[in-house]
Amino acid sequence: MEDAANLTGLAPVMLIFISAAFTDNILLTRFLGMCSVLGVSKKVDTSLGLGAAVIFVTTCTSGLNYLVYRYLLVPLELEYLRLIVFIVVIAAFVQFVEMVVERISEGLYNALGIFLPLITVNCAILGVSLFMLGTPYNFLQTLAYGAGAGAGWALAIGIIGGIREKINEQALPRGLAGPGITLIIIGIMSLAFVGFSGMIRI
Amino acid sequence: MILSIGLAVGFLAVMTLFLALLLVFAERRILNYGPCTLDINDGKKTLVVNGGSTLLSSLANNDIFIPSACGGRGSCAYCKVQVFEGGGMIGPVEEPYLSPEDIKENVRLSCQVKVRQDIKLAIPEELFLAKRFRGKLLHKRNLTYDIVELRIALIEPESIEFVAGQYIQLESPEYAGRDAVMRAYSISSVPSDDRHVEVIIRKVPEGICTTWVFEHLKENQEVFLSGPFGEFQLTDTKAPAVFLAGGSGMAPIWSILREMRERGDNRKAFYFFSGRNQDDLFFTKELFALEKELPNFKYVPCLTREDANSNWQGERGRIPAVLPKYIPDAKPFEAYLCGSSSLIDACVDALRQHGIQEPNIYYDKFE
Repeated sequence: MEDAANLTGLAPVMLIFISAAFTDNILLTRFLGMCSVLGVSKKVDTSLGLGAAVIFVTTCTSGLNYLVYRYLLVPLELEYLRLIVFIVVIAAFVQFVEMVVERISEGLYNALGIFLPLITVNCAILGVSLFMLGTPYNFLQTLAYGAGAGAGWALAIGIIGGIREKINEQALPRGLAGPGITLIIIGIMSLAFVGFSGMIRI
Repeated sequence: MILSIGLAVGFLAVMTLFLALLLVFAERRILNYGPCTLDINDGKKTLVVNGGSTLLSSLANNDIFIPSACGGRGSCAYCKVQVFEGGGMIGPVEEPYLSPEDIKENVRLSCQVKVRQDIKLAIPEELFLAKRFRGKLLHKRNLTYDIVELRIALIEPESIEFVAGQYIQLESPEYAGRDAVMRAYSISSVPSDDRHVEVIIRKVPEGICTTWVFEHLKENQEVFLSGPFGEFQLTDTKAPAVFLAGGSGMAPIWSILREMRERGDNRKAFYFFSGRNQDDLFFTKELFALEKELPNFKYVPCLTREDANSNWQGERGRIPAVLPKYIPDAKPFEAYLCGSSSLIDACVDALRQHGIQEPNIYYDKFE
């Protein structure tokens, strides 16, 4: 067992990334970002597209929100505004990225752009920014935490997409098709992810 | 206390204002594509438009109206045009609506193509003829409990040239928080009455345009429509015709039949109209009267759920079941179908079983 925050150099960054992705998986242990999982996880490629967009947005917004919190909210003693400020920052950032992506690469826009508005109000993104506040991380470590949380979310939705592709939903009882079976899959997967817990303490 | 509240409010206001300004500024800078040239049908018409909006709306701003029933959301696939250059990649929204042949022929949904550079495209010639009309609603008349007829006097341009069977797009403006949309309705008036347009509209629960028509639109109100569009029309052959319709599918056929009367077109014709019970029937007297003026025409209303003890003398049962009684051999017939897709699919199957030739089936599906 390692105590990540006490290490120096790049090692803690890696550890934070891995722990955020596996031991502290935001989807499977915190159950955040469920609505888009239930909605978009029908196929692997759309799942991974959404996953990639989430990785990008969690990384950037956790960094941005870290800076906003540290250099604006704390000096002004306005910490209690963090929730609303974070949401506004995330929404503006996503809008901005959507515009930039649309301008620079049509391929990327078609692959990721359509998912961006979907995740503007995704609770996983806001969750990452809020959880980050409870940690003693510096800026680089915060980025690693954001990227790790996003990667964990993407991994989870990718696996769920893969499983749902293999499941013949026609054969399920009607009430179980769609969200029902997805929730059961998520439950079983989160049991599996319990196996990672305790491996790294952060 | 006051100070901290002021600080919090002030901070939030400044923060959101800053971000909003940033976004507005970014949109101006980033999404500004400058003037782009649209080359339509190999130079037949060239337009210079400001980039950034969709091809559909850029064309509409220049009085070229591509049909679009869904209002540009990419769900009706009416607005297909050929884009040869400058359309960019096929987006995920339009992909499901494009067949492999469409893709080979560079067909795109014009509502999903953004004008970002010079574009070369081709549209059907008839769309140059389509215009946007300003008109005035003369009357709104209930035909049944859920169907109304609108009669619109055209003001500018003041007359319309169309073929019986074509449709127009009616614009419903923004109201009560609903978006402005365009919806397609077949013209039920006759082409000779070129200063007016009549349409027949069935109420769609939660439908944006029909709710507007039923609850907000008043007589003498100004309305906008564009058209004519569509290829649904009677052929020039003398082949016997069978018309099949349900609900507001009456409209194009009502127009075609009345035009046949004007021209004295006395080809053999049957008209099967489907309804649940007598409340669904309209124009019944007029249609039976038409039988006298066109001796070879027969009107056959078919009711599926009419009360068994009622005074109804006509057919009871679905059209596919009634049809063989009148048309044992459908081989020489041409069929014209108009109505919901379930009705059309069932009737096309029945016609096929009775030997009609596939190319002789024409239909206009109301989704």
